[in-house]
Amino acid sequence: MSVLVFADHSEGKFKKTAFEIVSFGKQVAKQAETSLVVLTINAESTNVLSDYGAEKILTIQDKRLNTFNARAYADCIQQAALKENANIVVVDSTNNGLYLAPILAVKLEAGYASNVIDFPASIAPFTVKRKVFSSKGFGLTQIDTAHKLIGLGKNSVGLIEDKVNSVEEAFSPSLNDDDFQITSDSIDKTSGKITIADADIVVSGGRGLKGPENWAMIEELADVLGAATACSKPVSDLGWRPHSEHVGQTGKPVTANLYIAIGISGAIQHLAGVNSSKVKVVINTDPEAPFFKAADYGIVGDAFEVVPELVEKLKEFKSSL
Amino acid sequence: MKILVCISHVPDTTSKINFTEDGTKFDSNGVQFVINPYDEFALTRAMWFKEKQAATVTVASVGSAVVEPTLRKALAIGADDAIRVDTEPFDGYYVAKQLSEVVKTEGYDLVLMGKESIDYNGGMVPGMLAELLGFNFVNACIGLEINNNSATASREIDGGKEVLSCSLPLIVAGQKGLVEEKDLRIPNMRGIMMARKKPLKVIAPIDFSATTATVKYEKPVAKGACKLIDSSNVDELIQLLHNEAKVI
Repeated sequence: MSVLVFADHSEGKFKKTAFEIVSFGKQVAKQAETSLVVLTINAESTNVLSDYGAEKILTIQDKRLNTFNARAYADCIQQAALKENANIVVVDSTNNGLYLAPILAVKLEAGYASNVIDFPASIAPFTVKRKVFSSKGFGLTQIDTAHKLIGLGKNSVGLIEDKVNSVEEAFSPSLNDDDFQITSDSIDKTSGKITIADADIVVSGGRGLKGPENWAMIEELADVLGAATACSKPVSDLGWRPHSEHVGQTGKPVTANLYIAIGISGAIQHLAGVNSSKVKVVINTDPEAPFFKAADYGIVGDAFEVVPELVEKLKEFKSSL
Repeated sequence: MKILVCISHVPDTTSKINFTEDGTKFDSNGVQFVINPYDEFALTRAMWFKEKQAATVTVASVGSAVVEPTLRKALAIGADDAIRVDTEPFDGYYVAKQLSEVVKTEGYDLVLMGKESIDYNGGMVPGMLAELLGFNFVNACIGLEINNNSATASREIDGGKEVLSCSLPLIVAGQKGLVEEKDLRIPNMRGIMMARKKPLKVIAPIDFSATTATVKYEKPVAKGACKLIDSSNVDELIQLLHNEAKVI
């Protein structure tokens, strides 16, 4: 028995998501009184993973896997799980993780719980807590199959340092043509910008900002905080900001540590997408805006006065640290 | 081209979520049900293929008779016929298994649905269905073109998009971008009248055990009141975020 975690990387580098999933796997392995195995694919160096408890690291090096392919990656993870006799398999909730997980579940004939937000409530029977109804509820899900697949929600358990000496082992799964029926023609990524998916802090603007020309202060605030910028649905519908910045129910989900909503009233569809963020701050002229009911901190005031002031004060604060 | 659009019957976004029977069941009392918003993108794209590329469009749902009004709504939007698998949707694996039988029996070139449902948010049925059938699969799809037997699809990736190509048969899990929100179809009176006469076939489920069970639901703990800070005192906000919330 063992716990297998698939730690994905971006252009060779492991990010917070990978450290969190390894931290999670380590704790689950302790809870189940078994060991942790971490699988990596075409990573440059896996040393950093030992800080979070990765005792055994399986490394796959295969040029065909340089570009993500859901079925091929799922095939790799399945073969690693069988080789390591892993009954609990954990993947992340990035776009790639969400893509490969259901394929992997069928390959392993595993019950799959996605959006898991905490360590297992019990190992036998195996139960995990997950978000349901767009974070308006939680469900305790019991998995009854021999293999159990968990999709860990982003920013759910955080990082837990647990330094170990890791042992690396090369692994060559046998892949076949069926794994590569889909080809990747092009990848278009915004570089040099913090993405909403990666950000710990997200600064978001709504229609209250009156026009796209007023976004400089949002970007400035994001800059000081090292945050990603986002927007409400009306703003992206009006074309003030790109669709890729739209957060909310039909846009991107936000599970940041800090979400700052500026000039956003807080329609239920918007809140459904952002209410998993840990701390929410709202700045709005209207004290009756629904967002004040969902937020932790609020300022009733004009964004055009409050935001520039906040930027100045934050700069002072940051330089005093 | 034969298209199947899988429809999930879900509580409207604005519904109050409550649980009943000691927190073991969703309380559907007074809740209005709708076509899952993500499935609407899929259905609208299917309508486009029907109009521009002469596709036929079937809609399917796994559920008891309570889902029929939702299927009728999809027919009113323009689907040709509907299939209901007469059982409770116990979990994602179970639903995917039931749908795989529908696809095997009827034969489709393209299966479209939303990337997740807004009730249980599993995001598992499309990928599981693809693997059960051995079909190609694109998740989080934000653009789809079909040309004879080949497809070009874009999907959302973290920080951008990727363009993929493959052959049919194909399963696509869609979201906003597959069509724009302003282009989403709503039923008109003529569509509603016609939908009444369109075939809705009820089929028996196949035998399969669910792999998971949600044994208990709970609501998030009530949040404390929002701390209001005077707009002339943003320093206080910074201190609270630093010392109390510890997020900056």
